Amino acid sequence: MSAATAPPRSAATGPLPLAAPLGLFFAVFVVMPLLLLAYVSLHADPTLQTPGLAQYRKFLGDGFNLAVLGNTLWLGVKVTLLTLLIGYPLAWIYTQAAPRWQAVLMLLIVLPLLTSSVVRTFAWVVILGRQGIVNTVLVGGGLVDAPLKLLYTPGAVTVALAQIELPLMVLPLITALSNIDPALRQASLALGAGRWRTFVQVTLPLSMPGLLAGCLLVFASAVSAFVTQTLVGGGQQMFMPFYMYQQAIQANDYPFAATIAMVLLVSVLAVVTAVNLLARRSRGFVHG
Amino acid sequence: MSAVPAAVPPAAVASAASAAPAPGVEVRLDAIRHRYGDAFAVEDVALRIAPGELVALLGPSGCGKTTLLRIVAGLLRQSEGTVRIGDDVVDALPPNERGAGIVFQSYALFPHMTVEANVAYGLRARGAPADEIGRTVGAMLEMVRMPAFRGRYPRELSGGQQQRVALARTLAVRPRVLLLDEPFAALDKNLRLDMQIEIRRIQRELGVTTVLVTHDQEEAMSMADRIAVMNAGRVEQFDTPEAVYDTPQTLFVATFVGTANLVEGRLAQRHDGGWALEAAAGGALALARAAPCSREGAVVLAARPEHLAIGAPGPGALPATVGMALPLGPSLVYELALDDGRPLKVTMPRTSDGVRLAAGDRVGVSLRPGSPAAVFAR
Repeated sequence: MSAATAPPRSAATGPLPLAAPLGLFFAVFVVMPLLLLAYVSLHADPTLQTPGLAQYRKFLGDGFNLAVLGNTLWLGVKVTLLTLLIGYPLAWIYTQAAPRWQAVLMLLIVLPLLTSSVVRTFAWVVILGRQGIVNTVLVGGGLVDAPLKLLYTPGAVTVALAQIELPLMVLPLITALSNIDPALRQASLALGAGRWRTFVQVTLPLSMPGLLAGCLLVFASAVSAFVTQTLVGGGQQMFMPFYMYQQAIQANDYPFAATIAMVLLVSVLAVVTAVNLLARRSRGFVHG
Repeated sequence: MSAVPAAVPPAAVASAASAAPAPGVEVRLDAIRHRYGDAFAVEDVALRIAPGELVALLGPSGCGKTTLLRIVAGLLRQSEGTVRIGDDVVDALPPNERGAGIVFQSYALFPHMTVEANVAYGLRARGAPADEIGRTVGAMLEMVRMPAFRGRYPRELSGGQQQRVALARTLAVRPRVLLLDEPFAALDKNLRLDMQIEIRRIQRELGVTTVLVTHDQEEAMSMADRIAVMNAGRVEQFDTPEAVYDTPQTLFVATFVGTANLVEGRLAQRHDGGWALEAAAGGALALARAAPCSREGAVVLAARPEHLAIGAPGPGALPATVGMALPLGPSLVYELALDDGRPLKVTMPRTSDGVRLAAGDRVGVSLRPGSPAAVFAR
């Protein structure tokens, strides 16, 4: 990409040496561990004596494992949809707001990123617990007789994750929406389209690159959000990251844990690739 | 004006009966004011645009011309005043119900749609039947001479082509009023002239009432039936291009449209009924008439370079010294200096028998007989 625009350089002074530190970092801390993970997953026993696909056969042959995988991916989908539902209007409001309100909104939007995920998760535990804020209000207001079970439910995990991942959805959306020429919306309105039609035909398609980027980020981090899944889910439902942890640390079955990791990795990669294909089609329109 | 000229080529207009010219309607603005915060962007504007007329809103940036256009389009709601399109007061109507079609400066073509889909957009939004959409889109692309490009995306088109598509898209919904916001600003000079002619042709063919916003006086002069010269939110003069150029009503119009030499002095009536300008720089200039200001006192005179003549020093002529001569093709522009050092530009036809003046020559500058010069009270 840069080759087309950069002036010609000799090999020695080219951009390659500049990329070397990052490349090295990547090789040692990303590629190597992944290869190691793949190597471990290809062994039948924890002592890595007998190589083979036994772990994958075990994983794919058991309905429980597939249910955990399905559960995890479904969680990712639910969180993505929820952040999209909340994040799109929020991003839209941001782009339409006056500059000084934009500063306030931006602070609110990135606030979740400024605290550790452990702290945010415990906040949700406090809010949703039996003695938590929500139940106190509901019981105190006479709306329910006994505290509701909010914590340790699939709904709680989805909502908590959606709040925590929201910036990852909103920020790319803001970028995409800000890049749309306001004259396009006005042109659509002036041509006789209503607001809804204008949104569906013009704004939505042109914000697609940001929307898809946001979905990818949220999906990938939601399916691997170990802390929130575990603390808010309370071990009542099994998700892949905790399953991995359990197999590796509690059951000491590293090859199987590595297999779980590989399966999750491949599943997420498959989703990312599919979404990227979509994104490439829509990006062409925007940056022609 | 609203009737289709007989010499129209058998273009689009005829081929789609449904796209026949909407007879132009009158556009009337009454006492329009618009406030941004505390500042008035548009102040007390009243315009009456005749059916089928092309009116240019001309003025420097920030004069309120684009604000006015957006008010007519319905993209902006004026603080005070009424907008009438045809017989309807449209103040309460959103853009899509006003019948006003706008072509944006950036063209605002939908980048994710083909040329065809862009042109069809307004018709689809109105729920027109598919065969009518197909016919109208074909006719419109024919009219802007772009039928070969219907499958292309806007990014695959040149600036001029994009503008044609934007025009076709706007005209496809048969607007009662066509609004053009700086339509030629993004085009290079040669293309600009072609598109000006093209748009004028189409506008005449359709007889659609048109408002053009521009800061380019040549563009306004060459295209408009009438020009509304705007400054600081007000319309300074609303008249034909000739009248705006020859008889400016305000000092702003005199200096903004074309080149004007300004001479300060005192106006005095002579015994024979003529007028004399006693210039502050020394000397006097004889004037046949004084307009728009005809009161004795401190005034400033605005004269076009081609309305002045250079002769021998004498009574009724301003004494000046020749500075530079700039040959500009068919004419010669002399830059003179009045006795107080103020510059004066005079255009002379470049003929072989003309007098050649050299730098430092003392000359007298007078008004060409019958030439208009505008006098404004100081």
